[in-house]
Amino acid sequence: MAVVVVLKANDVQWCFSQVKGAIDDDVAEADIISTVEFNHSGELLATGDKGGRVVIFQQEPECKSQPQCRGEYNVYSTFQSHEPEFDYLKSLEIEEKINKIRWLPQQNAAQFLLSTNDKTIKLWKISERDKRPEGYNLKEEDGRYRDFNTVTTLRVPVFRPMDLMVEASPRRVFANAHTYHINSISVNSDCETYLSADDLRINLWNLEITDRSFNIVDIKPANMEELTEVITAAEFHPNQCNTFVYSSSKGTIRLCDMRASALCDKHSKLFEEPEDPNNRSFFSEIISSISDVKFSHSGRYMMTRDYLSVKIWDLNMESRPVETYQVHEYLRSKLCSLYENDCIFDKFECCWNGNDSVVMTGSYNNFFRMFDRGYRQDVTLEASRENSKPRSVLKPRKVSTGGKRKKDEISVDSLDFNKKILHTAWHPMDNIIAVATTNNLYIFQEKLN
Amino acid sequence: MINTMECAVDAQSLISISLMKIHNSRTQRGGIKLHKNLLVSYVLRNARQVYIKEKYAEIYRMQQYEEVMTVCNEIQELNPLDLDAEDADDEEQARAACCGEEASLCGSACHRDAAQPAAHARTASALPGCEEDCKEPEPSYYRSCCMEASPVSHCDQFPANSSAHCNKTTVLDLDTHVVTTVENGYLHQDCCCDALQCGQGAQSPAKKRKVEFGCCVSDVEEVSDFTAARKRAKREDCSYSHPDYTDTSNISNLISIFGSGFSGLLSRQADLEQICSKQVLASLGAWTRAIVAF
Repeated sequence: MAVVVVLKANDVQWCFSQVKGAIDDDVAEADIISTVEFNHSGELLATGDKGGRVVIFQQEPECKSQPQCRGEYNVYSTFQSHEPEFDYLKSLEIEEKINKIRWLPQQNAAQFLLSTNDKTIKLWKISERDKRPEGYNLKEEDGRYRDFNTVTTLRVPVFRPMDLMVEASPRRVFANAHTYHINSISVNSDCETYLSADDLRINLWNLEITDRSFNIVDIKPANMEELTEVITAAEFHPNQCNTFVYSSSKGTIRLCDMRASALCDKHSKLFEEPEDPNNRSFFSEIISSISDVKFSHSGRYMMTRDYLSVKIWDLNMESRPVETYQVHEYLRSKLCSLYENDCIFDKFECCWNGNDSVVMTGSYNNFFRMFDRGYRQDVTLEASRENSKPRSVLKPRKVSTGGKRKKDEISVDSLDFNKKILHTAWHPMDNIIAVATTNNLYIFQEKLN
Repeated sequence: MINTMECAVDAQSLISISLMKIHNSRTQRGGIKLHKNLLVSYVLRNARQVYIKEKYAEIYRMQQYEEVMTVCNEIQELNPLDLDAEDADDEEQARAACCGEEASLCGSACHRDAAQPAAHARTASALPGCEEDCKEPEPSYYRSCCMEASPVSHCDQFPANSSAHCNKTTVLDLDTHVVTTVENGYLHQDCCCDALQCGQGAQSPAKKRKVEFGCCVSDVEEVSDFTAARKRAKREDCSYSHPDYTDTSNISNLISIFGSGFSGLLSRQADLEQICSKQVLASLGAWTRAIVAF
């Protein structure tokens, strides 16, 4: 007789691994993290902040003495990606805040990433240098030129090892293509093109060509007073290089096929869930606006995040999502206050785990939520300094919605709406997650026995 | 149907909060955020729908009370054998039946003047006259304002002298520096016909004069904000020629947003909409003065 052991779905326990960033509560605005992204192997983790800087962490190789312990992430490279600019024509300041970072698939020894602010996208090359040439005939070691008269012999310069230096250099600058604020960039699976999306338009670029881009979506009305919706996010399909999606502030997602026509204003598919008329309020339009859209790794599904929920859509069904997860439904009765303090405009992101079985998104009070699609279970965890002992297991949190508050539960009114987790990322292969609070980056790992 | 029960603040407060957000966005670093302002305009629209509905209900209640009082008075005055007055009653009821709620308000207002048969005849002909005067977009304008299923007919015209709420509000358009002084402001019901007379009249002289906003704004504490906003608008105005920037300046034009920006608010005929929107603002009462001044 065979004995089958069934693992419980919530067998995955999450432990604190590391926290990056300043400890003090006084948060400098420039240090506010605005984007987090693992590269395709998961070895590198990039963050962008409001000050226009990019910090890249590299995972240390697993130590042989502790094979079960995954390597730590340490700073690999830091560079200033964007600077504040001033548009003299429009008398507008252009923020240096990094809105998105996207890694290119690695093709040689160097790493490439795209980073963007509101107006300009840059391609950065991150390369390592661990050797330097020595023994020049005409130059001293410190670079000064030698006096010709002192040169009596000739030698061949050789490479000698040096301390590892990581260099980041801007290889391309893609500018002047967006009138409105860029909200998304996405690299195509062909590794040659990428798209950039602003509020009203989506442009297609070739990674090699900076002085030209093709406009593929334009939803700007002839009369701006007839504007009803804007583009909020866009992404290429992970496998089909002709397919991309873009979400709108009206809660719709349009899938476009670039083979159909040069200008993809006419969508191939429109994903929309009818609004529940019983839930209509002053803020219905705001909370239905989609803040993020992400394809699953398989390409079969896509996930959207609006203010209160996460929805999973099957690309083959446009009429409604196949799964809906409530992130913080208890906020529905607080929308008025959240409108007054502007929290209702927060744009939460969402992400898939490596095998598309679990999705994750952030909330307030430094809570973040994971939804297991297979076992239909969800968990709320907290990123805080109090739970930051090495390898300490994170305890699930609960927000009490009813009258009675149980022990260890937090009431809705006690939630700190200034502590919000907007950006999260999941390692493409392992159960390692990066969660950004306002100015700190937390890294959690699955507990291994 | 907007559920207002769960909202802690009323429509009026939401309108002022929303306008403040739009104003603040003009001075935010990084420029005006189109997405956020679009969402705020939706809240504005929703709040305004609720507010106007409440206003209509209040006026309807008032009108019903006045109607009852008028009928009572007339019963006392009229000879019971006077058949013309009875016909006027029947005809007014028939009009109300076919034209709906707003028309019955109109009908009752007309009824006020219909005490004498001569006046009644004049009112009856005034209604078709109103149809000719009212331009075609009105029904869709009202419909989109109120988002109600019942259409509003053409025949909702208050005689100008029956306007009970006279407001004089000065409105400054920060982008075009046009000042409009709105008089006899009332609900937008009557604005479309009156507007052609008073709005255009008010607009053309206003266009010719540069604003000394100090003399137009009475609330001193708002002048500093006003100054900042105006200075910014002036800077923006310098680059008005850029086609795409014109679009963002439309967004930043509060009057434009409140009156005609984004669908669901108004439709077509920009001039009429601008005038109507100012009338709407004027009719919202003195508390809007501060917001309108932005």
